Amino acid sequence: MRTARLGGLGVADLGFYILCAIAVVLLAIQAISSPADFLQILVFGLADGAIYALIALGYTMVYGIIELINFAHGDVFTLGAYVATTLIGFFAVSEDAFTTLNLVVLLLVFPAVMLIMGGINVTIERIAYRPLRNAPRLAPLITAIGMSFVLEGFMFLWHGPATVHVPNLLPHGPGFEGYLGFDCAVNSNNCVFIGFKDVFVLVAAAILVTLLALFINRSKLGKAMRATAQDRDASQLMGININRTIAATFFIGALLAGAGGMIWGLYFNTVSYNLGFRTGLIAFTSAVFGGIGNIPGAALGGMVIGLVAAFSDGYIGSKWTQVVIFGILIGVLVFRPTGLLGMRVPEK
Amino acid sequence: MSVPATAQKRGPMWNRLRLRERIRDRDTAIFGILFITAVVWPMATIYATDSTFLIAQAGHAGTYVLLAIGLNVVVGFAGLLDLGYAAFFAIGAYTYALFASNQLASSPLHHEFHMPFWLMLFVGMVVAAVCGAILGFPTLRLRGDYLAIVTLGFGEIVPQLFYNFDQWTGGINAIGNIDQPSLPYWITGPWAEAGITTIKLVPNFSFAYDPVAFYVLIVILVILAVILVRNLHSSRLGRAWMAIREDEVAAAAMGINTVTTKLLAFAIGASFSGFAGAYYGASFGIVSPDSFLFTVSITVLVMIVLGGMGNITGVIVGALAIYFVLNNLLPALPAQVESLADSVGLGSLNVQNGDWPGLAGETQRIAFLLYGLILVVMMLLRPQGLVPSRVREQELKHDAVLEEETAVEQAHA
Repeated sequence: MRTARLGGLGVADLGFYILCAIAVVLLAIQAISSPADFLQILVFGLADGAIYALIALGYTMVYGIIELINFAHGDVFTLGAYVATTLIGFFAVSEDAFTTLNLVVLLLVFPAVMLIMGGINVTIERIAYRPLRNAPRLAPLITAIGMSFVLEGFMFLWHGPATVHVPNLLPHGPGFEGYLGFDCAVNSNNCVFIGFKDVFVLVAAAILVTLLALFINRSKLGKAMRATAQDRDASQLMGININRTIAATFFIGALLAGAGGMIWGLYFNTVSYNLGFRTGLIAFTSAVFGGIGNIPGAALGGMVIGLVAAFSDGYIGSKWTQVVIFGILIGVLVFRPTGLLGMRVPEK
Repeated sequence: MSVPATAQKRGPMWNRLRLRERIRDRDTAIFGILFITAVVWPMATIYATDSTFLIAQAGHAGTYVLLAIGLNVVVGFAGLLDLGYAAFFAIGAYTYALFASNQLASSPLHHEFHMPFWLMLFVGMVVAAVCGAILGFPTLRLRGDYLAIVTLGFGEIVPQLFYNFDQWTGGINAIGNIDQPSLPYWITGPWAEAGITTIKLVPNFSFAYDPVAFYVLIVILVILAVILVRNLHSSRLGRAWMAIREDEVAAAAMGINTVTTKLLAFAIGASFSGFAGAYYGASFGIVSPDSFLFTVSITVLVMIVLGGMGNITGVIVGALAIYFVLNNLLPALPAQVESLADSVGLGSLNVQNGDWPGLAGETQRIAFLLYGLILVVMMLLRPQGLVPSRVREQELKHDAVLEEETAVEQAHA
């Protein structure tokens, strides 16, 4: 942006902060008038946002390194849920009750799903994106759309058009019930329900994001990724194997997407073949919102978009949620084109 | 350019047409073939199938050709990635549908409008262009893919707004009974319907969902659009677009006002979409928000990239090819596979059996997967598109040659 940046604050930034302030004030009014509703929506938004964050990380990493909007990523996420369902189906798990077997199955299936999705995504990269790395810029975008159709078609072929039930492995509840001493049995209006599932989603996502941050910042491969994202030619000159680094990016992105898919399945207990389309778009929006190419930004963006979606569902009406999310997206890009945490990098 | 000696003898008229040279030019040859096909299409299909179904389908395909030509201005010429093109299509269609049906009578306005189609065609165009400019104005300062994301958001919002303002637009119930265009005179002949042999002048003609009339209309619209875009392409504005596409900083340094130029690309591209939208509303007589989802934007983008971005011929070929795959090839596949299985003695596969939905059902399920595979394979085989622009092709070749040279140098060093 060419906005004057005197004293570190441009006009566009000011607009952005004013919009943020208005949103916070409106939410605060709701929070004071009906704290229980507010808390309940907040919990739901956080859980939803954590899943969006996991998917958004994959979008942002891939975009950061090869500037491709990987349209197939949302479907990799959905496929993760499908694979998880199948793998869980091999065991005689008991639904709606938490047994030791359930825990063992969870611990086994989680890494398995992640690795399978990683493998699939690397294959997709190898087949559909790598041959086109020096082709016109839009060619890989079209193959990404094509791969998205292929994955959706595959899931459609696998389980048909109906929604698929994911076994309910987690204990339902109550992690926390009631609100400030009110008894839910007496007055359910003042009731906040925070289930084990909500906590599980947040904790799992937090662990994965922390691991990712450690990996990117501390490991040699992570350093190679950052270098490749900054300047591919220079990193190649420094002896970094570009192909392997990009494949690793796709692998890690899909690990997170697979985990996200499984978590989504365990949380909502239902998936359908075209889930990844809309979820992927929203996750991508989160990545842009946080500043595309920026890893903490994607995590933050996912959480914020999850919250925005939940608050919009709760206070404005679900038919307006999409308008609100994408309206905010446009607003952010107009007032702050680099996203929440994006850095102002010079154009190449 | 030397004219062959034989051509010189045939007189000045022949020289001026220079047919031989033109036919050798690939793009012109394809244009010629497409034009001739478009002209003989109604007669040929009526003669062959005795129905106007294929003509109606060609009319629908024409809508996509118009959309592809318009998107090509934005993406192919100016290099601005637009992922929400269907929004302008929706705006054009709703502009016509609202002001040419009894929809607004049940809205808070309590008054229905019946504007003539020919006026609304241009109103739809202007409204879409204005919307494009309004969206473009704050966002075109953004570079590269951020613009793509803003347009994507816009494309998601617009159909949702048409859903949500159901008092005005009927929301999910759609707007039906849209007025049909009419003309004071029309000509019918053997091309219009099976069995007619004489050419007749019809006064006070109403289109009334007549596929042939709509087909003629869309062919004329497409031809107009092609002429317009071709002229734009070689105009000062067109060259400015291409300069921006190749290097925005350099273009700005050469004195091109990049914001205005990009805004014009956006508005002009959107106006074609508005045009196509008004035609779509009239030819189907019903407009629903479902017809303008993200899928439509993606389909049109696929059409132009697959056809050959920046090249009008390529874009038309791509639009027709993808339309054919989506609306003829894939839907016909289940029946084809079924009859094939019958003829090779695998008829037992056709029967539904437990989890097996029958061969036809299974093929239907696989169709979407096949479409994805077709896209991937086509792009891998021809990343530059089916009929790429000449200039672009040369550039790519030049790049490849340079790369080869450096490789050779490295090998020798």
